[in-house]
Amino acid sequence: MLEPLSPLSAIAGGLLIGTAAALFLLLSGRIAGVSGLAATVARIADEGPPWLQAASFVIALPLGALIVSATLRTPNIQVTSSVPLLIAAGLLVGFGTRLGSGCTSGHGVCGMARLSPRSIAATATFMLLGIATVFVVRHLLGGFK
Amino acid sequence: MRPLLPGLVVGLLFGGGLALSDMINPSRVLGFLDVAGNWDPTLAYVMAAALVPSALGYWASRRMQRPLLGSDFRIPQNRAVEPKLLAGAAIFGIGWGLVGFCPGPAIASLGFGMLEPWLFVMAMLAGMLLHRFYQDSTVRRRRSAGS
Repeated sequence: MLEPLSPLSAIAGGLLIGTAAALFLLLSGRIAGVSGLAATVARIADEGPPWLQAASFVIALPLGALIVSATLRTPNIQVTSSVPLLIAAGLLVGFGTRLGSGCTSGHGVCGMARLSPRSIAATATFMLLGIATVFVVRHLLGGFK
Repeated sequence: MRPLLPGLVVGLLFGGGLALSDMINPSRVLGFLDVAGNWDPTLAYVMAAALVPSALGYWASRRMQRPLLGSDFRIPQNRAVEPKLLAGAAIFGIGWGLVGFCPGPAIASLGFGMLEPWLFVMAMLAGMLLHRFYQDSTVRRRRSAGS
């Protein structure tokens, strides 16, 4: 069982994420969507910001997580999934975010903030399907690794 | 430094926020998605808090001629909720619900010496590549059908 997280940590973390999204827009004029930036770095997407900009973001992202983990909050990352499940989920997430033009950051944090109908619809859809998937896996199938 | 600066600053803040809010922990995310179990509200706090500065940033951007370090704003103008968008979001949601990783947290947790995020991110890139092939073959089919 996971310890509950202090709502203050959650809110402070959320404010940092939102500030990052706002800064990316104000500095570079682009949407801070992580799936799109990752696709740009891997040269899978044609659109997106300049390659160096996307690459510096993708390198700084884990660095930011490491800095906070070394100073403010020690994480207890629990990945309970098996290798085949991780690979299946990764394939679905990669394909789905490209087909659906975004993920939790691009649609959820950036698109919803500007009340984009597409982003609101996409966020509602992936939230519902995420909830449905966890329900089926944990409560109907008894959970699998 | 000019092309690197936005990515570096924003990536550090973004990754820091994901670690502070424990969104880099897939079990935390699954706890939020498990509404019929021992529900963990953390993700809702994170999302609500993130939307405030994000909306302020968008509001400020509308009052600017151009971004501070760029030539133009590229904000998606498409407002159509088409089947492709919903199908993609649904496929993403299923993958997200299977292990609790989405792209940001998965990449942000690459530095903790664990194999799992690496496997997930590699598979995610393969999934993106599959979409690229699927898209290219759809375009070719449409062209050869003459529409």
